[in-house]
Amino acid sequence: MDHKNEILRLLREDGRLSNEEIAERIGVSGKTVENTIRKLEKSGILVGFRALFDDSVLPENAVKAIIEVKVKPERNGGFDRVAKRISRFSKVESLYLMSSGLFDLMIEVRGETLNDVAEFVSSKLAPMEGVVSTSTHFILKKYKESGKLFENEEEHERLKITP
Amino acid sequence: MKKNTKDLKSPRNPESKLARHIVTLPKSGIRDFFELVNTMDDVISLGIGEPDFVTPWTIREGSIYSLERGHTSYTSNLGLPSLRKAICEYVAENYKADYDPAHECIVTVGVSEALDLAVRAITNPGDEIIYNEPCYVSYYSEIRMAHGVPVPVPTYEKNNFALDPADLEKAVTPKTKAILLNFPCNPTGATLDMEQLEAIADIARRHDLLVLSDLIYSELTYSGHILPAISSLPGMKERTVFLHGFSKAFAMTGFRIGYACGPFEIIDTMMKIHQYSMLCAPITAQEAAEEALRNGKRDMESMRREYMNRRNVIVKGFNRMGLSCFMPEGAFYAFPNITSTGLSSTEFAKRLLMEQRVAVVPGNAFGKSGEGYVRCSYATSMEKIREALKRIDAFLKSLKKS
Repeated sequence: MDHKNEILRLLREDGRLSNEEIAERIGVSGKTVENTIRKLEKSGILVGFRALFDDSVLPENAVKAIIEVKVKPERNGGFDRVAKRISRFSKVESLYLMSSGLFDLMIEVRGETLNDVAEFVSSKLAPMEGVVSTSTHFILKKYKESGKLFENEEEHERLKITP
Repeated sequence: MKKNTKDLKSPRNPESKLARHIVTLPKSGIRDFFELVNTMDDVISLGIGEPDFVTPWTIREGSIYSLERGHTSYTSNLGLPSLRKAICEYVAENYKADYDPAHECIVTVGVSEALDLAVRAITNPGDEIIYNEPCYVSYYSEIRMAHGVPVPVPTYEKNNFALDPADLEKAVTPKTKAILLNFPCNPTGATLDMEQLEAIADIARRHDLLVLSDLIYSELTYSGHILPAISSLPGMKERTVFLHGFSKAFAMTGFRIGYACGPFEIIDTMMKIHQYSMLCAPITAQEAAEEALRNGKRDMESMRREYMNRRNVIVKGFNRMGLSCFMPEGAFYAFPNITSTGLSSTEFAKRLLMEQRVAVVPGNAFGKSGEGYVRCSYATSMEKIREALKRIDAFLKSLKKS
């Protein structure tokens, strides 16, 4: 039986679970979990583990913006070449090709200051060959990311014994 | 409120004025234990018979929206037509049983009310109702309140607490009116397989019995598929009342919405009692239930996965520390055997609570055949389950030393 999805679901919820803990939860051996994880890493599905936190506490990530980019597609390769060029900048956190009629790429950019991000847009992104226009939205507050809320709801206490 | 003050003309002997068949009912065994646990701090409770998840937001939001639109009236006695339609579609899809939402379905205040209505609608004084035991705490009293005679049939660990059809048939007498089934079972987590279900249906047909099937835990079945309803078997629809609700699968215990599907004559009789006593289920909760059927599946499935993970951890934990515990295929309870400790289930639960601050429910609260076991709910966080297992292990070690 393939436990790939079960393992991925657990890791998505808590990346620090040990192989043994995962094994116990889904009722297989630790060895099976280890092998499955190795396969997932090799095939490029599982690319890493990291903590989820409000990363604006780090000075280099203090400002985050979502930028819509309109791109002139190329005859061979469409948006891929421009997308790859943009994605290599370390300030670019994520990049998606969108189906909107108004823009083509949506990117998330992090920087130390407003100016830092603005500078990236005006000196790197906007002048890039193939980029037609950009529209920058600065993020003011983060409420939820990757399924996790940043403000926990108050817990309602249940009765201690119920039938 | 003052009671028994001299100015009030209270009867000289208040006890004598009470209904005898109620006064003689036992109080739920779970209650005494509840009082005890409530006096203590720092307790990890494996005694909770409801989901630890908050109702999924889409459902909560649905009920808020219902209030916003000013839906605050009575509904039809049977429940909102749109909800009944959604329920019947859900039942047909998941349980292979077809019901007409207009005449064969009633929405109730929790499945507890549905069960109460069903028992009262079919029971004449002295009628016997057979049920699998250990079982939910109210079955015995529920039947007695309807002037029926409760006939428990014990189930055993060696059969994974499934009801043995042969044992069931031995309990049938000329006075038997119905068989009340609860699988997946609270407190054992037991389920039935298709063969057992067919054998039970066969007994019902041969002896002309009704079947009340309490399926409140049915979505929480871990083998991968939900068993078809017994009413989907040949000749069974006309003799089955299908009882279900939203509390467990959709984490909606506080909404109090249940339902019954069955032959028109029985549903109509149940409706009479419901109409005179309850009128209808609250509309806000009914609309929440409709939202659960429309958009709650994904949340329900992710809760089920989490329960299944916890089940694997807790059952393995018990077996590792030497308490034999079968792997339950449903509900959210483990039912370990504690006879190896030499303690009764009440002693075990009390001492575990006092010495290690872990609350479990003694098996005898669920009927005599639950003696020698304790019910451990895994509807609590993995972290608490792990800590509880550690404490129970320490308790067992301290028992061995003394």
